[in-house]
Amino acid sequence: MIKIDLHKKLATNGGEMNLHIKTEIQSKSLTTVYGASGVGKTSLLRMLAGLLTPDAGSIDVNGSYWYDTKQKINWKPQSRKVGFVFQDYALFPHMTVQENLTFALEDKKNNQTIADLIEIVELGDLKSRKPDTLSGGQKQRVALARALVCKPSLLMLDEPLSALDTEMRSKLQDYILQIHKEFNLTTLLVSHEMGEVFKMSDEVVVIEEGKVTRQGKPEVLFSNQQVSGKFQFTGEILNIQKEDIIYIISVLIGNNLVKVVADEREATLLSVGDKVLVASKAFNPIIQKLGD
Amino acid sequence: MEWEPIILTFKLAFVTTLILLFLSIPLAYWLAYTKNRFKPIFETLVSMPLVLPPTVLGFYLLITFSPNFFIGQWLNEWFGVKLVFSFGGLVFASVLYSLPFMVHPIQAGFSNLSSSLSDASYVLGKSKTTTLFKVLLPSIKPSLLTGIVLAFAHTIGEFGVVLMIGGNIPNQTRVASIAIYDEVESLNYGAANTYSLILFAVSFIILLSVYLVNGGYVKKIIK
Repeated sequence: MIKIDLHKKLATNGGEMNLHIKTEIQSKSLTTVYGASGVGKTSLLRMLAGLLTPDAGSIDVNGSYWYDTKQKINWKPQSRKVGFVFQDYALFPHMTVQENLTFALEDKKNNQTIADLIEIVELGDLKSRKPDTLSGGQKQRVALARALVCKPSLLMLDEPLSALDTEMRSKLQDYILQIHKEFNLTTLLVSHEMGEVFKMSDEVVVIEEGKVTRQGKPEVLFSNQQVSGKFQFTGEILNIQKEDIIYIISVLIGNNLVKVVADEREATLLSVGDKVLVASKAFNPIIQKLGD
Repeated sequence: MEWEPIILTFKLAFVTTLILLFLSIPLAYWLAYTKNRFKPIFETLVSMPLVLPPTVLGFYLLITFSPNFFIGQWLNEWFGVKLVFSFGGLVFASVLYSLPFMVHPIQAGFSNLSSSLSDASYVLGKSKTTTLFKVLLPSIKPSLLTGIVLAFAHTIGEFGVVLMIGGNIPNQTRVASIAIYDEVESLNYGAANTYSLILFAVSFIILLSVYLVNGGYVKKIIK
């Protein structure tokens, strides 16, 4: 289990933000960190990897402290042994695919690990290519393989699939799931794609404005069945669009077009032109006085 | 015409470039990554030779290293080093004078690298030094080449600083640019023309080769 309790003051576009992340991540689980952009998802991962120093708090990984302000412990990123896949892949441009992996190797004689990894992510044909000749999906696989070379127990992926098209994304999601199970990893995935969250995660940590607001199984957290309607409106369905494994339903309520997420079962029951009820729990209602 | 000024010019440019390379990598690295609030001051100091008349730099160096001034006196008494009107002095002045031409491209190279490159290397367990030599420097090869060539070419082209601190001593401080001036003063236009043509041709070839390499033309031809 990873116990996280971290404080960090961040300078963002909208001014200063106090990031306070307090959560527990189950070992061997695939946990998604979900939230809009700029709420501190990436900063959380960077603090776990030791790339960003928190202002206060602690990180307890299975009983050993990687960071603790009280005991003045702060492990360097080099000693944390985590796997990290960066949003821009961060492949070393002057090295071939094979060299990128070998660079991560501690014992240069241990070539078997590299050969195995290259096979798993199916990069055999590309191993002497330089990164700038690879497609986005291929780069992503190299980055994934490189993160696994030093056999980390914690794998962190920072929106690894955001730059890819839907088909490639779905394929890479399968790779990540396969690797997660095969290597017995604790995996932390940053995402703002609802479909991805549903497909991948055992558990979701929802971050809003620098705080963990909800945590739990995705189907429980995001499912509409749980909603007791505090706000409800009626409208007409204009469009139903499939996006990954979820459906986006556009509903006209009064003069406003509202997009609502639905799963496959719900979507098959609905069709364009249906009159529907849209309800929402009062999580975070905004109230604002309108000008006279 | 004598060959000594030409040879001396290239010797000076070579030594200066070599010293600058070792000096500029750590300096550019620091300038690119530091969050020190005095950074603008250091950046300004590095850039000063770009805007100062060379004679200003030469004048202050001349005063500083003069045996009548305590620094010059101290260097002379303790190390037996005389930096005025000597090759050593020329090297020192050239290093200062060409500093921005080496530091700027390297600093820009570091700054343009995605910070995730060094982060990735740290996470993979590599130290800062290993990261610098194995990841960062190889990734900014074009910037290093630009820095080396610009510093070399700029040292070949200097005149004012050399004249101020070096004077015109054959085989010691009489570089090609000084020799041209000297020949023109003695109305030897033929000799001045030869030196000038050589400098022109060499500078053209050096700069052209940088543009060819950095522009990827050489790679295309090899392929």
